Amino acid sequence: MVSLAATFGRGAMTNHWRDIKNADVIFIAGANPAEAHPVGFQWFMRAKLDPARGPGKGGGAKIIHVDPRFSRTSAVADQYVRIRTGTDVAMFGGLMNYVLQNNKFHDEYVRNYTNATFIVNEKYGFSDGLFNGYDPKKRSYEATAWNYDLGADGFAQRDISMQHPRCVFQLMKAHYARYTPAMVETITGIPQADFLKIAEVVGEMGRPDKVMTIVYAVGLTQHTTGVQLIRSGALLQLLLGNMGRPGGGMNAERGHANIQGNTDHAISWEILPGYLKVPLPGQKNIDDYLKASASKKLDPNSWNFFGTNYKKFLVSLLKAWYGDTATKDNDFAFSYLPKPDGNSSWITIWDQAIQGKMEGVFLSGMTATSIGPDTNQVLQGLSNLKWLVVMDPFPTTTSEFWHTAVDMDPAKIQTEVFMVPTTHWIEKSGSFTNSGRWSQWKDQVIPPEGEARHDHWITAEIFQRVKSLYQKEGGKFPDPVMHLTMDYKDPRKPDFDELAREINGKDLKTGKQMVTFAKLADDGSTSSGDWIYVGSYTPKGNMMKRRMGISDPAKNDPTGMGFYPQWSWSWPLNRRIIYNRASADTNGNPWDPKRPGIKWNGTKWVGDVPDYPPAMSPHDPKAWLPFIMNGEGTGRLFSNTCVDGPLPEHYEPMESPVQNALHPSVQNDPVVYLYDQKAGRPDRFGTSADFPIIATTYRLTEHEHYLTQQVPLLVALQPEPFVEMPPGLAQEKGIKNGDLVTVKSKRGQMVVRALVTNRVGQLTLGGTKAWQVGIPIHWGTVGIQADKNPDRAKYWLANALTPFVGDANSRTPEFKSFLVAIDKA
Amino acid sequence: MTRGDFFKFAGAGAGVLLTSELGFDVAKATEIKKQLRIAGATEAHSVCPYCAVGCSMIAYTRQNADGTVNILQIEGDPDSPINEGRLCPKGATAMQLAVSSRRVESPLYRAPGATEWQKISWDDMLDKIARRVKDSRDRTFVQVDKKGNLVNRTDGISFAGGAAFSSEEGYFAAKVMRGLGLTHLEQQARV
Ligand code: SF4
Repeated sequence: MVSLAATFGRGAMTNHWRDIKNADVIFIAGANPAEAHPVGFQWFMRAKLDPARGPGKGGGAKIIHVDPRFSRTSAVADQYVRIRTGTDVAMFGGLMNYVLQNNKFHDEYVRNYTNATFIVNEKYGFSDGLFNGYDPKKRSYEATAWNYDLGADGFAQRDISMQHPRCVFQLMKAHYARYTPAMVETITGIPQADFLKIAEVVGEMGRPDKVMTIVYAVGLTQHTTGVQLIRSGALLQLLLGNMGRPGGGMNAERGHANIQGNTDHAISWEILPGYLKVPLPGQKNIDDYLKASASKKLDPNSWNFFGTNYKKFLVSLLKAWYGDTATKDNDFAFSYLPKPDGNSSWITIWDQAIQGKMEGVFLSGMTATSIGPDTNQVLQGLSNLKWLVVMDPFPTTTSEFWHTAVDMDPAKIQTEVFMVPTTHWIEKSGSFTNSGRWSQWKDQVIPPEGEARHDHWITAEIFQRVKSLYQKEGGKFPDPVMHLTMDYKDPRKPDFDELAREINGKDLKTGKQMVTFAKLADDGSTSSGDWIYVGSYTPKGNMMKRRMGISDPAKNDPTGMGFYPQWSWSWPLNRRIIYNRASADTNGNPWDPKRPGIKWNGTKWVGDVPDYPPAMSPHDPKAWLPFIMNGEGTGRLFSNTCVDGPLPEHYEPMESPVQNALHPSVQNDPVVYLYDQKAGRPDRFGTSADFPIIATTYRLTEHEHYLTQQVPLLVALQPEPFVEMPPGLAQEKGIKNGDLVTVKSKRGQMVVRALVTNRVGQLTLGGTKAWQVGIPIHWGTVGIQADKNPDRAKYWLANALTPFVGDANSRTPEFKSFLVAIDKA
Repeated sequence: MTRGDFFKFAGAGAGVLLTSELGFDVAKATEIKKQLRIAGATEAHSVCPYCAVGCSMIAYTRQNADGTVNILQIEGDPDSPINEGRLCPKGATAMQLAVSSRRVESPLYRAPGATEWQKISWDDMLDKIARRVKDSRDRTFVQVDKKGNLVNRTDGISFAGGAAFSSEEGYFAAKVMRGLGLTHLEQQARV
C-alpha cells in the first residue's frame, strides 16, 4: 500500500482478477496464486492457453515465476527461477538495468507519463549504500535532500530530452548500473543465464503492443525492505509502460476476504477512510493538516486531483463522524481526531504491551499469538495486559493463550480475558471488497448461531455503555465520545444498509445520497464516511448488489475487455482499472488497439470509467497528465515519500548468511526500526554461525490463517504441520522424510515433521552456499488437531521463529526471511 | 438447525462435491441435486469468506415449519465474472464453517489468575468491558503531549481486527475506536 501510494498516489491492486487474462506475460514474484488463490488463478491459466496472447510455450501468455519455493504455480509456469527470499530488489533492479541499458523501455510512455524528465536538486546523492541526508544517530533520513529543482513558478524543472545529468531518468540509469547480471546472481542466487532469459522476455514487454502484469503477495511485502521490493516492481512496470493498461499493472493479491475493504475504511493507524493521512501532533487545524498531507501541484499540467480535493474529503468525513457538532467555527471538530505519537502498528502495539504501557486490547477475528512475529515475545505482551477482549466465532490461540501456550502458568497470568462470541460472514449481510476493488454485497443467509452477535453490535453496545459512564461520572475529554454520530434506527444495532449509506454520504441540504465525490464540498454541506466509496450507494440504490454477469456478455461486458461494469461496484466510481488514462497514448489512442482501456473518440473518453475528466481532450494543451493522484501528474520513478530512499536499493534481511555484496558497510536497511534495541531489551537476531539455514514461511491451499483449523474437511486434507527441506540438507542432518525435527531460531522453536522435497533447495551466493527451507504457517494450539495433541501443538506455531522487526516504512513484519537451525528431534 | 441436521447436510454436501470433482456430468448432477434437495429452497447471495478473490456464492436455505432455517448447500455462482461458478477446497467446504459444533456458544470470562473459563451473561460482560475501556481511557488519555500539542488520544487501548468484517462493520469499528481516541488500530493487511 505504502509502496504503490509512493509511486502512483494511492495503494491498491490496480487491475482485477479477470483482467489477468489480458496479459502477454504474467510475472509472479513472492506469491503462489495457484495455491493461495486457486480460483483467481483460472485467469492466469486462461491467458496461458489463449493463442491471442504471447509469447509462452503453448502460444499463449508466458508465466514467469520467481520464488524461493517451487510451488504449484511454478509447475505451470513457462519459467521458474529460485530466488533467495527477500532479494527481489536486486532481481527487479537487474531487470531495470537490462531494460535501461538495452533501450527496451517504452520511450513515449516514460517521457510523458513518468517523472523521468523531472530534475532532482543537487543535494541528492547516493554512495556506499546510503542516500544523502542520513543521520546515523537518529537512524533516519532527511527526505528534503531528495526534492526536485523547483522553478520560480513553484513547478518542478523538467528536461523532456531526459539528458540532464540530474533528471530522474539519468539518476536511475546510474543507480541501477550496479545491478549487473553477475551482481544479481551473487545476491539472489539466480544463475545469470536464467536471469538473462527472463530479462529478454520482460524487455519485449516495453513494446506498446505488448503488456505484462506483475502479480505479487506477502512474499514481497513481509520484509524489512518490503515497500521497496514492491516499488522496484512498480518502477519496472512504469519503464515498460504497463501501468493503467488492461493486462498490466501492479496486482497485489490480498490474503483475506475483506482486507481491501477494511484498508479502504482505515482500520489502520496511519490513515483515515479513503487513504487520507492521519493527522499528527503539531497540526493544530485543518490548514496545518492539509499543508503536511495534501500533495502539491508540481507541474502545470498536473491536475493533482487528490491534493486539490483533500479538504472536501476530510470535511465530509468529519461531518459523517461528528454531524452537527462539526461546524466551520470549530474547524469541523478537527481537534477530536486523535493524533498518534508516531507509529502505532501491529508490532508497536505488542512492543508497548511488553513495556507495560498497553492496558487493553480488542482482537476481532485476529489471533495475536499466531499472526504476529516472535510469538514468545508477543505472549509476554499478552500476559502484561490488564484486559483482553477476543471477539470471534471460535476459540483462538489468543483467547486460550493463558492455558495452551508454551510456558504458561495460568495462576501467574493476571490478564482478564473476555471471549465474545461473534457471528460470521454468512450470518450477516454487508459487503466484501476483493483484491480487485470489486465490492460485492452479500445476504444474511442464516440467523446467528447460539448467542452470537455481530461485531459492530458489540462495539456499538460497548460504546453506548462507555458513553453513559462518561455521562454519569465525567472523565477525560468526553466530547468526542458524546458527539460521535449514531444516527441509526437503533444506535445499539446499526444496520448494514444504514452504514453503507453513511459511507457513501449525502448532500446535507437535500438529504439525497451523493452520486460522485466530485460534488463533495469543504463547507460542511456534504457528508461522506469514505470518499472513495461515493457512488456505491446512490439514490438509485445499493450499487454493490448489482449482478449482471456472464450469462449475457454482449450486454454486460460491452467492451469485451472483461470489465463487467454492472457486476458489483468497484471503487472509485466503478472504475475497473485505475490510472487508465495511461492506457492510451498522448493523442488518446490505446497503445494496443486490441486491448483498449479507455480511448478518446473525438468528444469523450470511452471504454472503462475514465480515471480522468471524461470530456478532457488529449489535444488540449492544458490536458491533465495521467496520474491524477499525485502532484507530478506522472508515475513516480523517484519518490521522496519513502523513509528509506527515493529509489529502491538492496539491503540484506536482518538475518542473513552473507554480506551485502553491493556495500558491505551498510548491511541492512539503515532506517529499519529496531524495537528491542530501542526499548532496551536484548537483541533477538541470530547469526549464521548458530542458525545457518535460510527460512521462509507460506500458506497452503487448505488454510486461511488459523480459522481453517476448525473445519474438519480441510483439517483432513492437511493434518499435520511440517517443514519443507531439500534432500541434500536432510542427508547432511541424517533426517528422513516424515521424521520429527526441531526447527530453532534465536527466538523460539517448532517440533514438526520433515517433508523432504526438491521444492526447496540450495543457493549459491557468490562464494557462499546456503540451504533454503519453507515453513507453512497456520497450525497452532487451537483447532481440531491441536485438541488431539495439546502438548505437541505448543510447538506448532511458525511465528515462534520469526523476528520482531518490520518494514522500514510500513512496519509490516518480516515473516519471510530469517535464519534457523534444523536437527532431528 | 440442530447439530444432527447439520451433520446430515454436511455429509450430503460433501458427497455431491466429490462426485462433481470426479468428473460426472456436472449439469446433470446439478439437475438431480436440485430435484433432490434444493427444490423450492430460498436462494441467497454470498461471497467466499476466505481469500480476497471474492468468489461469488449461492447459498440455499429452507425454512422449517417451526420457523428455524436450514442451510442446505453453498455453491459457486455460475454467473459471476470473478469465479464463473468455481470454488476451491476452502470455498467448497464453507458449509462446515457456516455451521459448526466448534463455535463458542456464549460469552466467557477468565478472571485474573483463573485456571478456567466461567460463563457470563452478555449484559455483565458488556458492562465489565465498558468499565475497563473507560478506566483505561481515563488513565492513559493524553490531551496535550510533552511538546504542548493538542493530541486527544487514548494510548493504553488497541484495536485489531477486520479481515473477516463486512466493510460496513470495518468502517464502524474505525469510527468508534477513533471516537474513543484510539490510535493503535490494526488489521490483517500488515500481518
Ligand atoms: S473459493 Fe477459494 S479462491 Fe475463491 S475466494 Fe474462496 S478461498 Fe479464494
